[in-house]
Amino acid sequence: MLALVLNVFFALQQQPTIPEGFVPVTGAPASEQIPAAPLVIASYAFFLLLMVFYLWTIWRRIGKVESEMQALERRQSDKR
Amino acid sequence: MKKIFVPLTILTAGMFVAAPIMIGMADLESTMLLVQKIFYFHFATWMAMTTAIVVCGLASAIYLFKGSKLADWYAVASAEVVVIFGVFGLFSGSLWGRKAWGVWWQWDARVTMATMIVMVFLGYLMVRKYGGPGSEKLAAAMGIFGAATSPFVYKSVDWWRTIHPQTTVMKTLGEKWPGAWLLVLFCSFAFVFLTVLLLAARVRLEQMRSELDHMYLAAED
Repeated sequence: MLALVLNVFFALQQQPTIPEGFVPVTGAPASEQIPAAPLVIASYAFFLLLMVFYLWTIWRRIGKVESEMQALERRQSDKR
Repeated sequence: MKKIFVPLTILTAGMFVAAPIMIGMADLESTMLLVQKIFYFHFATWMAMTTAIVVCGLASAIYLFKGSKLADWYAVASAEVVVIFGVFGLFSGSLWGRKAWGVWWQWDARVTMATMIVMVFLGYLMVRKYGGPGSEKLAAAMGIFGAATSPFVYKSVDWWRTIHPQTTVMKTLGEKWPGAWLLVLFCSFAFVFLTVLLLAARVRLEQMRSELDHMYLAAED
Protein backbone atom coordinates (compact mmCIF):
# COMPACT_ATOMS: atom_id res chain seq x y z
CA MET A 1 0.00 0.00 0.00
CA LEU A 2 2.84 2.36 0.93
CA ALA A 3 4.65 1.42 -2.31
CA LEU A 4 1.53 2.28 -4.35
CA VAL A 5 1.15 5.64 -2.62
CA LEU A 6 4.84 6.41 -3.18
CA ASN A 7 4.56 5.41 -6.86
CA VAL A 8 1.61 7.73 -7.40
CA PHE A 9 3.39 10.51 -5.50
CA PHE A 10 6.56 10.24 -7.64
CA ALA A 11 4.51 9.97 -10.86
CA LEU A 12 2.73 13.20 -9.98
CA GLN A 13 6.05 14.82 -9.13
CA GLN A 14 7.45 13.99 -12.58
CA GLN A 15 4.46 15.45 -14.53
CA PRO A 16 5.14 18.90 -15.92
CA THR A 17 3.03 21.59 -14.28
CA ILE A 18 0.64 23.18 -16.77
CA PRO A 19 -0.06 26.81 -15.85
CA GLU A 20 -3.73 27.74 -15.64
CA GLY A 21 -5.12 30.81 -17.37
CA PHE A 22 -3.26 33.26 -19.59
CA VAL A 23 0.43 33.50 -18.83
CA PRO A 24 2.15 36.23 -20.80
CA VAL A 25 5.59 35.67 -22.23
CA THR A 26 8.01 38.31 -23.38
CA GLY A 27 9.52 37.74 -26.80
CA ALA A 28 7.92 35.03 -28.92
CA PRO A 29 10.27 32.47 -30.50
CA ALA A 30 11.40 33.22 -34.04
CA SER A 31 9.26 30.38 -35.44
CA GLU A 32 6.11 32.11 -34.12
CA GLN A 33 6.84 35.52 -35.65
CA ILE A 34 5.70 36.81 -39.07
CA PRO A 35 8.80 37.87 -41.00
CA ALA A 36 8.67 41.55 -42.03
CA ALA A 37 11.27 41.58 -44.83
CA PRO A 38 9.17 39.69 -47.45
CA LEU A 39 6.21 42.02 -46.74
CA VAL A 40 8.35 45.15 -47.21
CA ILE A 41 9.96 43.78 -50.38
CA ALA A 42 6.55 42.67 -51.75
CA SER A 43 5.15 46.15 -51.15
CA TYR A 44 7.90 47.97 -53.07
CA ALA A 45 8.08 45.32 -55.80
CA PHE A 46 4.31 45.53 -56.32
CA PHE A 47 4.53 49.30 -56.68
CA LEU A 48 7.27 48.98 -59.30
CA LEU A 49 5.31 46.35 -61.25
CA LEU A 50 2.08 48.36 -61.04
CA MET A 51 3.79 51.49 -62.39
CA VAL A 52 5.50 49.59 -65.20
CA PHE A 53 2.17 47.97 -66.11
CA TYR A 54 0.27 51.27 -66.02
CA LEU A 55 2.88 53.11 -68.10
CA TRP A 56 2.83 50.23 -70.58
CA THR A 57 -0.99 50.49 -70.92
CA ILE A 58 -0.74 54.26 -71.57
CA TRP A 59 2.05 53.72 -74.11
CA ARG A 60 0.06 50.93 -75.84
CA ARG A 61 -3.13 53.03 -76.00
CA ILE A 62 -1.24 56.04 -77.42
CA GLY A 63 0.36 53.75 -80.00
CA LYS A 64 -3.04 52.36 -80.96
CA VAL A 65 -4.54 55.85 -81.48
CA GLU A 66 -1.46 56.93 -83.48
CA SER A 67 -1.66 53.93 -85.80
CA GLU A 68 -5.40 54.53 -86.27
CA MET A 69 -4.67 58.18 -87.18
CA GLN A 70 -2.04 57.12 -89.69
CA ALA A 71 -4.38 54.53 -91.24
CA LEU A 72 -7.12 57.15 -91.57
CA GLU A 73 -4.71 59.63 -93.15
CA ARG A 74 -3.58 56.97 -95.63
CA ARG A 75 -7.19 56.16 -96.54
CA GLN A 76 -7.91 59.89 -97.02
CA SER A 77 -4.88 60.39 -99.27
CA ASP A 78 -5.79 57.27 -101.32
CA LYS A 79 -9.28 58.65 -101.92
CA ARG A 80 -7.82 61.88 -103.25
CA MET B 1 3.57 71.43 -69.45
CA LYS B 2 5.69 70.41 -72.46
CA LYS B 3 8.61 72.53 -71.18
CA ILE B 4 8.66 71.05 -67.68
CA PHE B 5 7.76 67.45 -68.67
CA VAL B 6 11.33 66.24 -69.34
CA PRO B 7 12.99 67.97 -66.32
CA LEU B 8 10.16 66.79 -64.07
CA THR B 9 10.51 63.23 -65.40
CA ILE B 10 14.25 63.25 -64.66
CA LEU B 11 13.67 64.72 -61.19
CA THR B 12 10.91 62.21 -60.36
CA ALA B 13 12.94 59.26 -61.65
CA GLY B 14 15.88 60.42 -59.51
CA MET B 15 13.64 60.73 -56.46
CA PHE B 16 12.25 57.22 -57.00
CA VAL B 17 15.78 55.82 -57.28
CA ALA B 18 16.86 57.65 -54.10
CA ALA B 19 13.71 56.92 -52.04
CA PRO B 20 14.21 53.14 -51.52
CA ILE B 21 17.89 53.74 -50.63
CA MET B 22 16.92 56.41 -48.09
CA ILE B 23 14.14 54.19 -46.70
CA GLY B 24 16.59 51.29 -46.43
CA MET B 25 19.06 53.46 -44.52
CA ALA B 26 16.42 55.04 -42.25
CA ASP B 27 16.28 54.17 -38.55
CA LEU B 28 13.92 51.39 -37.48
CA GLU B 29 10.83 52.41 -35.53
CA SER B 30 10.95 50.95 -32.00
CA THR B 31 7.55 49.17 -31.91
CA MET B 32 7.00 48.00 -35.49
CA LEU B 33 10.64 47.68 -36.56
CA LEU B 34 11.19 46.71 -40.23
CA VAL B 35 7.55 46.56 -41.38
CA GLN B 36 7.15 50.27 -40.56
CA LYS B 37 9.22 50.98 -43.69
CA ILE B 38 6.12 50.18 -45.78
CA PHE B 39 4.62 53.35 -44.33
CA TYR B 40 6.78 55.76 -46.39
CA PHE B 41 5.28 54.69 -49.73
CA HIS B 42 1.90 53.81 -48.18
CA PHE B 43 1.37 57.35 -46.87
CA ALA B 44 2.81 58.94 -50.02
CA THR B 45 0.45 56.98 -52.26
CA TRP B 46 -2.56 58.33 -50.37
CA MET B 47 -1.15 61.85 -50.83
CA ALA B 48 -0.89 61.21 -54.56
CA MET B 49 -4.37 59.72 -54.61
CA THR B 50 -5.77 62.75 -52.74
CA THR B 51 -4.14 65.06 -55.30
CA ALA B 52 -5.75 63.08 -58.13
CA ILE B 53 -9.13 63.10 -56.32
CA VAL B 54 -9.01 66.89 -55.96
CA VAL B 55 -8.12 67.26 -59.67
CA CYS B 56 -10.93 64.87 -60.63
CA GLY B 57 -13.50 66.66 -58.44
CA LEU B 58 -12.59 70.14 -59.71
CA ALA B 59 -12.29 69.05 -63.35
CA SER B 60 -15.63 67.20 -63.14
CA ALA B 61 -17.33 70.29 -61.71
CA ILE B 62 -15.83 72.52 -64.43
CA TYR B 63 -16.92 70.07 -67.13
CA LEU B 64 -20.42 69.68 -65.69
CA PHE B 65 -21.11 73.41 -65.35
CA LYS B 66 -18.93 74.91 -68.11
CA GLY B 67 -18.70 72.04 -70.60
CA SER B 68 -14.91 72.37 -70.98
CA LYS B 69 -13.47 69.47 -72.96
CA LEU B 70 -10.02 69.94 -71.38
CA ALA B 71 -11.57 69.61 -67.92
CA ASP B 72 -13.22 66.36 -69.02
CA TRP B 73 -9.84 64.98 -70.15
CA TYR B 74 -8.32 65.88 -66.77
CA ALA B 75 -11.27 64.29 -64.95
CA VAL B 76 -11.01 60.92 -66.70
CA ALA B 77 -7.20 60.93 -66.46
CA SER B 78 -7.22 61.65 -62.74
CA ALA B 79 -9.95 59.07 -62.03
CA GLU B 80 -7.68 56.41 -63.52
CA VAL B 81 -4.72 57.62 -61.42
CA VAL B 82 -6.94 57.51 -58.30
CA VAL B 83 -7.70 53.83 -58.95
CA ILE B 84 -4.04 52.96 -59.60
CA PHE B 85 -2.79 54.63 -56.41
CA GLY B 86 -5.80 53.38 -54.46
CA VAL B 87 -5.00 49.78 -55.40
CA PHE B 88 -1.40 50.22 -54.26
CA GLY B 89 -2.51 51.95 -51.03
CA LEU B 90 -4.84 49.07 -50.15
CA PHE B 91 -2.25 46.45 -51.11
CA SER B 92 0.59 48.02 -49.12
CA GLY B 93 -1.75 48.56 -46.17
CA SER B 94 -2.73 44.91 -46.29
CA LEU B 95 0.93 43.84 -46.17
CA TRP B 96 1.57 46.15 -43.24
CA GLY B 97 -1.58 44.88 -41.49
CA ARG B 98 -0.41 41.28 -41.85
CA LYS B 99 2.50 42.05 -39.54
CA ALA B 100 1.02 44.79 -37.37
CA TRP B 101 -2.48 43.35 -36.90
CA GLY B 102 -1.81 39.69 -37.74
CA VAL B 103 -4.40 39.66 -40.56
CA TRP B 104 -4.33 40.46 -44.27
CA TRP B 105 -7.61 42.35 -44.11
CA GLN B 106 -9.67 44.08 -41.46
CA TRP B 107 -13.11 45.68 -41.91
CA ASP B 108 -11.80 48.76 -40.14
CA ALA B 109 -13.52 52.12 -40.79
CA ARG B 110 -10.58 53.64 -42.70
CA VAL B 111 -9.82 50.52 -44.74
CA THR B 112 -13.48 50.02 -45.65
CA MET B 113 -14.00 53.66 -46.63
CA ALA B 114 -10.77 53.73 -48.64
CA THR B 115 -12.01 50.64 -50.51
CA MET B 116 -15.37 52.34 -51.12
CA ILE B 117 -13.75 55.48 -52.57
CA VAL B 118 -11.57 53.39 -54.90
CA MET B 119 -14.76 51.61 -56.01
CA VAL B 120 -16.50 54.96 -56.66
CA PHE B 121 -13.70 55.95 -59.05
CA LEU B 122 -13.66 52.47 -60.57
CA GLY B 123 -17.38 53.01 -61.16
CA TYR B 124 -16.53 56.36 -62.78
CA LEU B 125 -14.23 54.61 -65.26
CA MET B 126 -16.81 51.89 -65.98
CA VAL B 127 -19.49 54.51 -66.66
CA ARG B 128 -17.07 56.24 -69.06
CA LYS B 129 -16.24 53.01 -70.87
CA TYR B 130 -19.64 51.34 -71.05
CA GLY B 131 -22.12 54.18 -70.41
CA GLY B 132 -22.56 55.13 -74.06
CA PRO B 133 -23.30 58.66 -75.33
CA GLY B 134 -23.75 61.24 -72.60
CA SER B 135 -21.95 59.16 -69.99
CA GLU B 136 -19.42 61.98 -69.49
CA LYS B 137 -21.94 64.05 -67.50
CA LEU B 138 -23.03 61.13 -65.33
CA ALA B 139 -19.38 60.28 -64.69
CA ALA B 140 -18.67 63.94 -63.82
CA ALA B 141 -21.35 63.79 -61.12
CA MET B 142 -19.69 60.63 -59.79
CA GLY B 143 -16.32 62.44 -59.79
CA ILE B 144 -17.76 65.28 -57.69
CA PHE B 145 -19.40 62.75 -55.35
CA GLY B 146 -16.12 60.83 -54.99
CA ALA B 147 -14.19 64.02 -54.22
CA ALA B 148 -16.80 65.06 -51.65
CA THR B 149 -16.38 61.68 -49.92
CA SER B 150 -12.60 61.98 -49.48
CA PRO B 151 -12.63 64.22 -46.32
CA PHE B 152 -14.79 61.58 -44.62
CA VAL B 153 -12.22 58.93 -45.50
CA TYR B 154 -9.48 61.09 -44.00
CA LYS B 155 -11.37 61.79 -40.76
CA SER B 156 -12.83 58.28 -40.43
CA VAL B 157 -9.98 57.14 -38.14
CA ASP B 158 -10.71 59.97 -35.70
CA TRP B 159 -14.51 59.71 -35.77
CA TRP B 160 -14.83 55.93 -35.56
CA ARG B 161 -12.03 54.58 -33.38
CA THR B 162 -11.17 51.21 -34.82
CA ILE B 163 -7.79 49.57 -35.41
CA HIS B 164 -6.15 51.85 -37.99
CA PRO B 165 -3.66 54.43 -36.61
CA GLN B 166 -5.20 57.89 -36.14
CA THR B 167 -4.26 61.03 -38.08
CA THR B 168 -2.33 62.19 -34.96
CA VAL B 169 0.36 59.61 -35.78
CA MET B 170 1.76 62.15 -38.23
CA LYS B 171 2.33 64.72 -35.47
CA THR B 172 4.33 62.26 -33.36
CA LEU B 173 6.31 60.89 -36.30
CA GLY B 174 9.25 63.27 -36.17
CA GLU B 175 9.41 63.77 -32.41
CA LYS B 176 12.16 61.22 -31.79
CA TRP B 177 13.75 61.28 -35.21
CA PRO B 178 13.02 64.32 -37.47
CA GLY B 179 14.47 62.37 -40.39
CA ALA B 180 11.25 60.35 -40.54
CA TRP B 181 9.28 63.49 -41.32
CA LEU B 182 11.72 64.53 -44.03
CA LEU B 183 11.55 61.07 -45.57
CA VAL B 184 7.75 61.12 -45.56
CA LEU B 185 7.83 64.57 -47.23
CA PHE B 186 10.41 63.41 -49.79
CA CYS B 187 8.33 60.35 -50.75
CA SER B 188 5.11 62.39 -50.83
CA PHE B 189 6.66 64.94 -53.22
CA ALA B 190 7.98 62.11 -55.41
CA PHE B 191 4.48 60.62 -55.60
CA VAL B 192 2.81 63.97 -56.30
CA PHE B 193 5.32 64.64 -59.11
CA LEU B 194 4.58 61.17 -60.47
CA THR B 195 0.87 61.99 -60.36
CA VAL B 196 1.50 65.16 -62.41
CA LEU B 197 3.48 63.16 -64.99
CA LEU B 198 0.90 60.37 -65.22
CA LEU B 199 -1.87 62.95 -65.60
CA ALA B 200 0.06 64.70 -68.37
CA ALA B 201 0.58 61.43 -70.26
CA ARG B 202 -3.03 60.35 -69.75
CA VAL B 203 -4.43 63.77 -70.79
CA ARG B 204 -2.29 63.57 -73.94
CA LEU B 205 -3.99 60.26 -74.74
CA GLU B 206 -7.45 61.82 -74.32
CA GLN B 207 -6.38 64.75 -76.51
CA MET B 208 -5.23 62.35 -79.23
CA ARG B 209 -8.50 60.41 -79.02
CA SER B 210 -10.40 63.67 -79.47
CA GLU B 211 -8.24 64.55 -82.50
CA LEU B 212 -8.99 61.11 -83.96
CA ASP B 213 -12.74 61.67 -83.49
CA HIS B 214 -12.43 65.00 -85.34
CA MET B 215 -10.52 63.27 -88.13
CA TYR B 216 -13.28 60.66 -88.50
CA LEU B 217 -15.93 63.39 -88.56
CA ALA B 218 -13.95 65.33 -91.17
CA ALA B 219 -13.54 62.16 -93.25
CA GLU B 220 -17.31 61.55 -93.21
CA ASP B 221 -17.96 65.13 -94.43
